[in-house]
Amino acid sequence: MTKRPTLFSLILSMPLLIWQLTFFLFPLLFLVAISFWTVRNFQMQPDINFGNWERVLTRGVFWDAYFRTMVLATAAAAITSIIAFPASYAISFKMSEKAKRWMIFILIIPFFTSYLVRVYSLQVFLSDAGIVNAVFGYVGLGPFPMLNNAFGVIVGMITLTLPLVILLQTFSLNFVNRDLIEAAHNLRCGRLRTVFAVIVPSAKVGLVVAALFAFILSFGDFVSPLYLGGGNPPTLSIMITDFTKSGQQWPRAAVVAIMMIVTLLTVAFAAITYAYKERGK
Amino acid sequence: MGNENRIVNGLLKLHIALCLLFIFAPIAGSFVFSLNSDRFPSLPLGEFSTEWYRLIWEDPLVWQGFANTVVVGLTVAVIATLLGFGGAYTDFRYNFTGKSFYLALAMLPPTIPVVIMGLAMLAFLSRVNLSGTTISVIIAHGVMCSPFAMAIIRLRLSQMDPDLEAASWNMGGNQWQTLRYVIIPFAKPAIFAALFITMAVSFDEFAVAWFVSGLNETLPVKILGFLQGQVSPRINAIGSLAFLSSMTLIILAQLLLRSPEDKKS
Repeated sequence: MTKRPTLFSLILSMPLLIWQLTFFLFPLLFLVAISFWTVRNFQMQPDINFGNWERVLTRGVFWDAYFRTMVLATAAAAITSIIAFPASYAISFKMSEKAKRWMIFILIIPFFTSYLVRVYSLQVFLSDAGIVNAVFGYVGLGPFPMLNNAFGVIVGMITLTLPLVILLQTFSLNFVNRDLIEAAHNLRCGRLRTVFAVIVPSAKVGLVVAALFAFILSFGDFVSPLYLGGGNPPTLSIMITDFTKSGQQWPRAAVVAIMMIVTLLTVAFAAITYAYKERGK
Repeated sequence: MGNENRIVNGLLKLHIALCLLFIFAPIAGSFVFSLNSDRFPSLPLGEFSTEWYRLIWEDPLVWQGFANTVVVGLTVAVIATLLGFGGAYTDFRYNFTGKSFYLALAMLPPTIPVVIMGLAMLAFLSRVNLSGTTISVIIAHGVMCSPFAMAIIRLRLSQMDPDLEAASWNMGGNQWQTLRYVIIPFAKPAIFAALFITMAVSFDEFAVAWFVSGLNETLPVKILGFLQGQVSPRINAIGSLAFLSSMTLIILAQLLLRSPEDKKS
């Protein structure tokens, strides 16, 4: 492959490269630059100033938000994965090809509905005088506070991630070798034991990737924490919107954003390493 | 296998039904609430009313947001599909050093949290005096949508018999003619599907658009504004209409992506 690229290949390949370099990679790098800039009279000025980093990272408020976001996203990813697994298992192992295709189509639909509208609708379901508490009321229970607390946030995050996690888990389970399961049954391995000793390890990579996506989406979500969690105390993404929209403190928002990206990269790297560990044994 | 099997299968079915109920209750709820007279619906529901639809029909700001959404969505669909087609063909046809970088750059945008994308876009675009314009929303959505277009078209190209291209070259067709008469016709369903899907993604994207749009708000950004204000069931009415239009696009895409073999079965 020492051929020089033809004009044809350049015309096809270059627009995307240039677009993503200019409008995707460059803005992200620019974010790193402005985290060192200073703000005077609501104007950003180029500078090399570690003040923003110092101000954000030495504040308890930031670290509280950091750990809160971590715990919420981890909990959401874990709960979603646990809820999704039996569903994915059933879709992958118990359904006909035609039913599978229908399920996949149905699970894609939520991606094309407005997440905002769903969250607004959830407010109506979860509020003290809302639908769910009205149902509880009929059987003489409640009302339970489900809005403006961690429960509301987690419910919102599960709404966001559950369809994606079920889809990813189903795809990975579809690749599990059916002969292995047959063999396990022949060897008198019980149903539940087959699931945990054969199916889960074979589909490990896909299951971990699904949980990772749930974590990434929940970690960056600002809608659930704001409109179902009440926004106070803030999560990292709420901090970014606050700094940007009301405070005009873009450099500090950039610091928070970079901390988030570093965290996500670390978690993603750890998850992928874990997923592929011991595979060759 | 005995009784246990049936019970387990029944429980699994029930579990799937509950998952679907959980996922679709808010969506269905929004439809029901949009046709309900109560400002804050609960059980028992209020009476049937088209009041909220009348309110949004008469709101010039909603119409303006709708116009912005359509302009942005159409432009983004064309740009993202062109970029995505180029990227998909590049991945399909060529091997070169730095290809993994090329692909990472092309596919990564959806994994970056939207608040971070929004902030980065805002900081960059305001530096080049584009923030607050419709163009800035188009640029941002172009970045976010082209991976979807690329994935859809790439998938279709991988179903193509590689000999087809070689045959065209052997018969004297140059690269452009091959592209025009062999590859584009073959990828046509996927190209249209990509147009519809990217349009639908752009229709519903609110976070990045909120950061960069300034006064040229798209409809989803308007909804965000309503959410920040007081309770307003108008959100449900707008959401239901947006859902119907997105679904139309998805179903069109789905019909196009069906291969002929599926149609027979």
